[in-house]
Order: sequence, then structure tokens, then C-alpha cells
Amino acid sequence: MTALIALLQEIRPESDFGASRDFLGDGLLDSFDMISLVAALDTAYRISIDGVDIVPEHFSNLDAIAALLRKYGAAP
Amino acid sequence: MNFVFRGKRISGLLAVVPANEGSFLEEMRNFDFPVNRSLKLKEVMGYDKHRLVLDGVCVSDLAVFGLRSLFDRGLLVPGDIDALILVTQSPDHLMPPTSSIVQGRLGLKQDMLCLDINQGCAGFIVGLLEAFLLLEQPAVRKVVLINADVMSRKTSPKDRNSFPLIGDAASITVIERDQNDSVIHANLKMDGTRHEALMIPAGGMRMPSSAATAALEDVGDRNLRAKDHLRMDGSAVFNFVQVEVPPMIESLLETAGVPIGDVEWFLFHQPNRFMLQKLADKMRIAHAKMPSNVVEQFGNSSGVTIPMVIATNLAGRARGARFCACLAGFGVGLTWGSMLLSLGEMNFCELIEYPNATGG
Repeated sequence: MTALIALLQEIRPESDFGASRDFLGDGLLDSFDMISLVAALDTAYRISIDGVDIVPEHFSNLDAIAALLRKYGAAP
Repeated sequence: MNFVFRGKRISGLLAVVPANEGSFLEEMRNFDFPVNRSLKLKEVMGYDKHRLVLDGVCVSDLAVFGLRSLFDRGLLVPGDIDALILVTQSPDHLMPPTSSIVQGRLGLKQDMLCLDINQGCAGFIVGLLEAFLLLEQPAVRKVVLINADVMSRKTSPKDRNSFPLIGDAASITVIERDQNDSVIHANLKMDGTRHEALMIPAGGMRMPSSAATAALEDVGDRNLRAKDHLRMDGSAVFNFVQVEVPPMIESLLETAGVPIGDVEWFLFHQPNRFMLQKLADKMRIAHAKMPSNVVEQFGNSSGVTIPMVIATNLAGRARGARFCACLAGFGVGLTWGSMLLSLGEMNFCELIEYPNATGG
């Protein structure tokens, strides 16, 4: 999770991602940050997240993102 | 809905872009937004330069300029035009049709059809379908399809979700009968239940423009927008494209009986680089076969982007031997359509600039 938090904080350094269960609802990420995050995850984990998976529920908190990464065979 | 046409071809294509260029790096200060986040967007989405009309320039100005250029150089004879189809979502006026204005300004013959179609990012596919249908009539020998939009005039400069990607442009496509009995396959789908995903809420009869609809409002994510402006639900549009487009292309190729490997170029609408690369990955198409470089150079000009991607990347090829191309457009409506056809042997295929002048 440390690597994942580091990626998130590159996009939004001011956000405390450990303290929220709803990143988009709490204003820690917006829809464009989600796109930046997907690009960062694709590069960092050498995967290509399918476009249909780029929906808010897969990026709502650390556990959801970790589950998405595991779906693509990546270890968060 | 599937369509099949025989013996029609695109015989020429001209793209027209305003000479005036906006730069995302310079415009970043308009957005109440940290610079590092804007720079990430530039990198991922391909925001960079975009072409914007100066005050007062309308769709008919770009169209008339392009057509005059073709007439002056003998690439198109005015009297040969039997139908003028103009696809836009930013017409000169609510009425009359902008196609009639273009006809009048150019002094074209009366014995012809002028037709406006209100369509956006799928507008090149819709316009081609209409052109092919008209060419089934013996009296129609040559159709000019104009795709044109000046959406920068309807987009808030303080809306980071929309303004950086918007580009103004026009294209003029000449369609006529083909001596070869070539087959063109197309399909088109529409879903009006999702029409609010891309919308200009005010300015029509449902919500006439007023001082209230012109007032900028905080719409979240630090963006300011008026009801007179383009509103785009980016997440909904992104999801729509990723869900609907791949099966549409698969169905088109299956109907046509053409293996995906036989398609030389996938010339898709250009919303942004990220969305196109995700589509290419999903369909296992090499990025090199699906150009995504229009937004970064010119912006997203709605229904003009497919002609733009051809004129920008394949101008030489389009004048040479024919090649198999798959076109796709998707956007407002919601509408999504695709077409499999051979391109090439065009009389002209180029991009020109509309000079820095105001309209009229």
C-alpha cells in the first residue's frame, strides 16, 4: 500500500488518503485526477486498466484500488 | 442499425482551422487549479495547442472560406454541387439553416438541396450516411458535406473540464459515385436517454438565454460555467465510449467479413489521447494504426476530427492508392457510429488556415 499511497500523493500531495473511504466524495480526487491515477498505475505496474473499469467505485478508497490492481495481476 | 452502400467514394477532403492558436500552458492561469495537476493532465490527455476562432467568426465563415479556396483553385466547380449537407451544433442562427447561408453567400444554384444536421462528434459518420443516401438519387451526382463547429464560443474559459480540449474547425468533404463497385459498411446507434451527458442547457426554447443563464456558476472541481455553455459529464462520456465503441467496431467488421488485421487505419473521433489509447488497448490495435495526435495540435473540433485526423496524418496516402479504413465517431445524443470503407485516390486532401480575421 505504501507505493500506492505514494502514487496518489504525487497527484494530490495535500490529501490524506489513509483517512478517507470515499476519495471522490470527500474531494480528495476528482474525475481528472482519476485519469491521471490510471495513467500512473498503468506505468508503475506495467498493466493497462480496461476503460470500462475506470469508474468511481474502483477508485473510492485504498482497498478498492488495491482490489482493481489485483484483478490485473499486480500486487499493490 | 446496419447500412450497406455500393459505388460511392470520398473524392476530396479539405480541413480548415483558424490561424489563431491557444496554448494550454498559457491558459492554465485561467483555472483555479494547482499547476502540477494541470501539467499532469497535459501529459495524459494530450492538452497542448488548440485552434480558436476570433470574436464573431461563425461556422459559415469557415465553410465559405474553404469552399472558395477549392473553387479558386479549380478543385471543385460550384455548379457541380447538387447537395450541401452541413453538420454543426453551433449554427450561425437558430434559423435559417446555415447551409442556406453558405449557399447564398457563394451564389450556388437553386436546383440543389441544402440540409443542416444537428450532430457533434459522430457527425462525420452521420453526414456521410446522408450523402450516400442522397447519391442513390439519379439527380444527385455530387454532394458536399461540411462539418463545422465553433464550440469555443460556447465553452467557458474557466471550465478546465472542457475548454482546454475544445478546438474550432471546419471540413469540406466531396462525395460522389465511384466507378469501382466498392462496398461500404456502416452502423449507427443512438441513445437519447443519455442526452444530458453532453449539452448546452440554455439558448433554445426550453431555457431561453437570459442574464441568469449567462452568469458563471461554481459547478464543482473549481470550475466556473454558465448555462449558456457546453456542459460535459466527462466520466459518463468516457464510460459510454469504452463500453459502446469496441463492440460496435467488432460488429461492423463481423458484418463486413473483414478481419481486424486487414484494416490499415482506424481513424476515430479525437476526444483526447488517453481515451483513444484505452480504446486501442481494449481492441488490441497498435497505437500507430489509430492516430491520437489531433487534440494536442488543434483541439477537439467535434464532427471535424475524423477529417482532421485524415488531413493531418494521411494527406499523401489519401491521394494515392486506396486503403482499408475504419472510421468511428461517438458523442452528443448520445450517438455512436462506425464505417468501413476504402479511402484513397482523392483529388485533394489538405489542411488550410482561416486567417486571423473577425467574421462576417
